[in-house]
Amino acid sequence: MRQSLFAGRWRIRLPSSLDGAALRVTKTPPVTRKRKLDTASLSATSQPPPEPKRKASKTTHKDSIAQVEAALPATPQTLTSDKGMDSDDDFASVASSMELGEELSSSVDFGAEDSDVELEDYQDDDSAFETHAKQKPKRKAFEVEYKVYSPQDIQDQQDKQVAEVAALLEQPTEQTAILLRFGRWNKERLIEQYMDNQEEVLDKAGLGQNMSSNPPRIEAIDGFMCDICCEDTPGLQSYAMNCGHRFCVDCYRQYLAQKVREEGEAARIKCPGDGCNKIIDVKSLDLLVTSDLTDRYHELLMRTYVDDKESLKWCPAPNCVYAVECGVKKRELAKIVPTVQCECKHSFCFGCTQADHQPCPCSLVKRWMKKCEDDSETANWISANTKECPKCHSTIEKNGGCNHMTCRKCRNEFCWMCMGMWSEHGTSWYNCNRFEEKSGSEARTEQAKSRQSLERYLHYYNRFANHEQSAKLDKDIFHKTEKKMTLLQSSSGMSWIEVQFLEAASQALQQCRQTLKWTYAFAYYLARNSQTEMFEDNQKDLEMAVENLSEMFEKSTDQLAGLKVDMLDKTSYCMRRRVILLDDTAKKLKEDVWEFNVELA
Amino acid sequence: MTAPLPKRIIKETERLQSEPVPGISAQPHDDNARYFDVMVEGPGGSCYEDGEFKLELFLPDDYPMCPPRIRFLTRIYHPNIDRLGRICLDVLKNNWSPALQIRTILLSIQALLGAPNPEDPLNEAVAKQWKENQPEAIRTAREWTRLYAKKG
Repeated sequence: MRQSLFAGRWRIRLPSSLDGAALRVTKTPPVTRKRKLDTASLSATSQPPPEPKRKASKTTHKDSIAQVEAALPATPQTLTSDKGMDSDDDFASVASSMELGEELSSSVDFGAEDSDVELEDYQDDDSAFETHAKQKPKRKAFEVEYKVYSPQDIQDQQDKQVAEVAALLEQPTEQTAILLRFGRWNKERLIEQYMDNQEEVLDKAGLGQNMSSNPPRIEAIDGFMCDICCEDTPGLQSYAMNCGHRFCVDCYRQYLAQKVREEGEAARIKCPGDGCNKIIDVKSLDLLVTSDLTDRYHELLMRTYVDDKESLKWCPAPNCVYAVECGVKKRELAKIVPTVQCECKHSFCFGCTQADHQPCPCSLVKRWMKKCEDDSETANWISANTKECPKCHSTIEKNGGCNHMTCRKCRNEFCWMCMGMWSEHGTSWYNCNRFEEKSGSEARTEQAKSRQSLERYLHYYNRFANHEQSAKLDKDIFHKTEKKMTLLQSSSGMSWIEVQFLEAASQALQQCRQTLKWTYAFAYYLARNSQTEMFEDNQKDLEMAVENLSEMFEKSTDQLAGLKVDMLDKTSYCMRRRVILLDDTAKKLKEDVWEFNVELA
Repeated sequence: MTAPLPKRIIKETERLQSEPVPGISAQPHDDNARYFDVMVEGPGGSCYEDGEFKLELFLPDDYPMCPPRIRFLTRIYHPNIDRLGRICLDVLKNNWSPALQIRTILLSIQALLGAPNPEDPLNEAVAKQWKENQPEAIRTAREWTRLYAKKG
């Protein structure tokens, strides 16, 4: 099921087990408690040994890149008890990865399922980043490695991690789940803290002491009065967790409903008792939560899992239920634009979850959006409706009257038409035909200079906005295309498959315009140098290719059939130009080649 | 017209009358048993000593699942109380527990008067003064208590 879902989407996935390999060479495994723990975790967990797929992934360390890519399973791998350690070599690599766990921990437990392969997979520090680039000629510089997960995958991931840690800590799964959520799913740190000071961790996680004593249950207690509703009817059903704060079942349920439905809480609902920090565990919840709430509750639980992990993000598309996993960290965002595509086809930036904004880095996107929001309309209006006083550069709107202007601020008198001094107009007042006079042309040059930054911004903004607009129009074209395709099928006798070139062209247009749009925001912040000129050449090439292709869509349906080859060519040319531009930009971003006129935060 | 008053509110109200908390009174309105006129005395030794502060308290429909809504009616110079009398107090927000009661909340408010917390300010200006020139802030608080919260 899962496999079919993900079949064929591994284009960008790369076997980062290579990082593990790199680490293995450089790190010696210190014999620590942590290391012992690893072994424990690996042998203690008993998951049924699944699929031979496992084997495939297991061999990845030693295999060539190509093989690795081919063998890479679409589903997350599972930890198995039979797995064991093939060699000291393997063991060492795990132990050393664990050693790094502290700082990199958020990425360590990332794939969740298995301790060995996954751990290595996502061991990732700055140097590993470079390693990727060198060892993966296949992946373009602008592409990143990522995985898409369905809600079921996420649930499975959680369950597996919980089972694994539960076996290790010898705690019931409910408690372990609480502990993990408390530790924000940072397995290694949690285990370490737990080993260091069990009492403290349990206490902080809201589990208190003797959590493994007899499970609490709903019961009626003589002489009980509920502190919430003040009911004291004999036989009143009540419930208390180990903390002993007892309330009637109705109040408990009402309390949970309030938390789950109104406040959207799930993972960290505390005991209703005043000042009690004990978190209500899943077993208690199962006992108390009414069926109408369970779905919502589990949804919220899953959400906290994804929200807690830096490496996981929900797809921001409306109604999309998938989550994407990507190892790119926040601090890397000045060097890379991690663009991912969800199962639902929505392309977005993993860094800021905005729609695909390659090649522009997140910080520039943010800056640009803000500038556009603040300035665009104002700037456009100023540019269209005002001039500047030639002397003091105050912005002036002429709202009526003759061409004889007197600046309110500096009392300078000038002519609105030629911007020259009024005194030079002599007797030909109110009728300016003296364009070539010196003072006038000087004033105009002066004005042009002072408006340069405004005009510069508008230059980029207008192109940015134009591509945005055109992309929208292209969407309309896409719908018309569908009609054209049907028409073409009937009129030319072409088969369905033969008219697919129109759809491909249309999608290429969308994608390229999206890229082009952001090249303008990017270029706005680029300092003038030869790199920028190269960038502009690439931009120009892509733009021409796009416009050429776009133009073809205007042709009538009967002409389209004859243009198929041409259109196919142009489509692939567009895509090629886009890849060239993105690849070049991404490389230079990574290597810090670009010079920006703002700080790249 | 309205749903019958929950047992919890009836009991709380009764107890507030029969075992009043010293320095605090809460009187429900005749026409609305969920609306209380509250009076809290400034705690002894604080800059609100000898002051009588009026508050209004309202129990929303989902009380006690939700905290009561409380607001100072008397003007007060305090870093955690703003010009509209709204109070920044954890138990009135995140840390509300349905096991808390009107009396416990009012005691918390009285305690807040005794221990202003400028690190978690609601009223920025007052908090700033409190941090930068505490003697002056306390003097102002005393002055305001004398001006606005006079007994009787």
